[in-house]
Amino acid sequence: MKLRNALCAATAVSVMAAGAAHAENLVIATVNNGDMIRMQGLTDDFTAKTGHTVEWVTLEENVLRQRVTTDITTKGGAFDIMTIGMYETPIWGANGWLVPLDDLSDGYNVADILPAMAGGLSHDGTLFAAPFYGESSMIMYRTDLMAAAGLEMPTAPSWSFIAKAAREMTDRDNEINGICLRGKAGWGEGGAFITAMSNSFGARWFDEDWNAQFDTREWSDTLNFFVNMMGDAGPAGYATNGFNENLSLFQQGKCGMWIDATVAASFVTNPNDSLVADTVSFALAPDNGMGVRSNWLWAWALAIPAGTQKKMAAKQFIEWATSNGYIELVAEKEGWANVPPGARTSLYQNPNYTSVPFAQMTLDSILSADPNNSTVDPSPYVGIQFAAIPEFAGIATEVSQEFSAAYAGQQTVAEALAKAQDITNEAMEAAGYR
Amino acid sequence: MARTVTTHRKILTTLLAWAVGLLIFFPIFWIIVLSFKSEGDAIKTPIQVLLSAWSFDNYATVQERSDYFKHFSNSVLISLGSTFLGILIAVPAAWSMAFVPSKRTRGILMWMLSTKMLPAVGVLYPIYIGFIRLGLLDTRLGLVLILMLINLPIIVWMLYTYFKEIPVEILEAARMDGARLREELLYVLTPMAIPGIASTILLNVILAWNEAFWTLNLTAAKAAPLTAFIASYSSPEGLFYAKLSAASVMAIAPILIMGWFSQKQLVRGLTFGAVK
Repeated sequence: MKLRNALCAATAVSVMAAGAAHAENLVIATVNNGDMIRMQGLTDDFTAKTGHTVEWVTLEENVLRQRVTTDITTKGGAFDIMTIGMYETPIWGANGWLVPLDDLSDGYNVADILPAMAGGLSHDGTLFAAPFYGESSMIMYRTDLMAAAGLEMPTAPSWSFIAKAAREMTDRDNEINGICLRGKAGWGEGGAFITAMSNSFGARWFDEDWNAQFDTREWSDTLNFFVNMMGDAGPAGYATNGFNENLSLFQQGKCGMWIDATVAASFVTNPNDSLVADTVSFALAPDNGMGVRSNWLWAWALAIPAGTQKKMAAKQFIEWATSNGYIELVAEKEGWANVPPGARTSLYQNPNYTSVPFAQMTLDSILSADPNNSTVDPSPYVGIQFAAIPEFAGIATEVSQEFSAAYAGQQTVAEALAKAQDITNEAMEAAGYR
Repeated sequence: MARTVTTHRKILTTLLAWAVGLLIFFPIFWIIVLSFKSEGDAIKTPIQVLLSAWSFDNYATVQERSDYFKHFSNSVLISLGSTFLGILIAVPAAWSMAFVPSKRTRGILMWMLSTKMLPAVGVLYPIYIGFIRLGLLDTRLGLVLILMLINLPIIVWMLYTYFKEIPVEILEAARMDGARLREELLYVLTPMAIPGIASTILLNVILAWNEAFWTLNLTAAKAAPLTAFIASYSSPEGLFYAKLSAASVMAIAPILIMGWFSQKQLVRGLTFGAVK
């Protein structure tokens, strides 16, 4: 009898201990944007389904990048899940810093992730981060101003048409700029835009031997075209404008066109915030007749650092947050226009979503971006608005500072390109690529 | 002989002082204004911003999204803890440098100050790894220690400056009356240096409250103070100006109020020894 009681007690303790071990508290590092904040508000659904609780560490994008990089390289274990992008994922995956997501449950349906996103978040065919939302870039334009200029936007315009339209739509007396583009220094700000644009002009960062290519005609054409067009039709001080500054200008009706992230479509068509919500339409990012468009590809994705002790619970969270079930939950609570876009194929087959005005153009933009073949001439790197090598962020930040100085008129385009060439070659030599 | 100041000059100086004061205060004023506006109104022209509707919605949203009081209590504990620990170490150090100087005292003081010139990011990795091994990552104790260490040179320097103003004869008299070192420090030196110590405490509480590099890099969910609270509302993709402003007002309000009530001590502390 005593033995049976002891066994029962031991079993009960074991079951309780196992239960306690299953109910984990996850610490998640993430960025501050609308989709992520929405997810934080819906976390109770995850807790109700799994018993796991969640603590959020929300940081500004650049602070987050520095913070999670410090933690993952030192195996600090401060976070159980990190929000990272397409740039970090393949590099960190290759270094063994991330837990492979190769054993997600059948119900999750990995095959439903858009191939472009799955490819950008994998290394050697292994998925290391699940896309929470994905984006490309596209043209957002004012239909009323375009009509007033006597022009009609093609679905897939060229840069020469965009420059012409920008100049026609500009009305300085009424503070209307034909086009608003990023000029702000930073590899993820103006650096991302000009790199994606340069691809369509036939330029590339490196040749196949990792030599910088800023001394080529293609880069000179890109930068001169950009500076001339923005000088004629861009806003004053565009050298310091990033996403937020252009969003603000566009929403106030001060831009005829804006080429930027596809996620901006939901902001500029929201009548609560945008004065021009009713007169916005969309087109593919321009090309230059060379077979490559100037749109980028990006995803904010959830990954598990190798240092965490809570891998199982972390995987459960990722399955919940990036599933079709989550998309339906957001649609139910906040409407289909607010679901995280650009991650799953099935979303674009859902009639509830395809009726959203920018859904098809977002998908077309994502599908037209190929990180493995982003340049006209062959290049040794993967990535569209970046080269997926660890040194790129530092080099591109410096290069974009030189470009911004040229936009601001502090130096000529030729001087900026010459400095970019030296900066890049020196850094690549120091890193052992050359 | 005192220089005579004309009324005209007085008015001009007063106007200039007000203009500079208002210029410095303007960003804080504008943050306060934006915190009461909607995100859509916050990006309009200044006149439209002022004429648009006012509401407390951003404060409610911020409080709903983030636990302000948790971050606030972390800030209070970290800034007060690091300052008082620093004072405990700095009083004896400054005493020895002011009253028992050696030939290396000046060099040590300069070396202590030179550590402030080191870019913090240069020692981030060694300190981060040290914190992991000591189990101090994302703890309030860890932040108290690191903020005490980074502010210690300033605390020692400020106290050293105050102590140098105290005549050494008073301490010698106390010794002749039989005071031992502990009594000399506690009952003679400290009471005389109370205004200086108070100024040092105030200034270092403000420095610790505003410190953003270490408090962002060494915390996650548990020990994050108000600097992390503000950082969570900044975004390069999406308009969060109004909410960011509300979060900023909530973060700076306590230290602003403290600074307002203690401005006399602060000014005295910052200008001590400047005019003799």
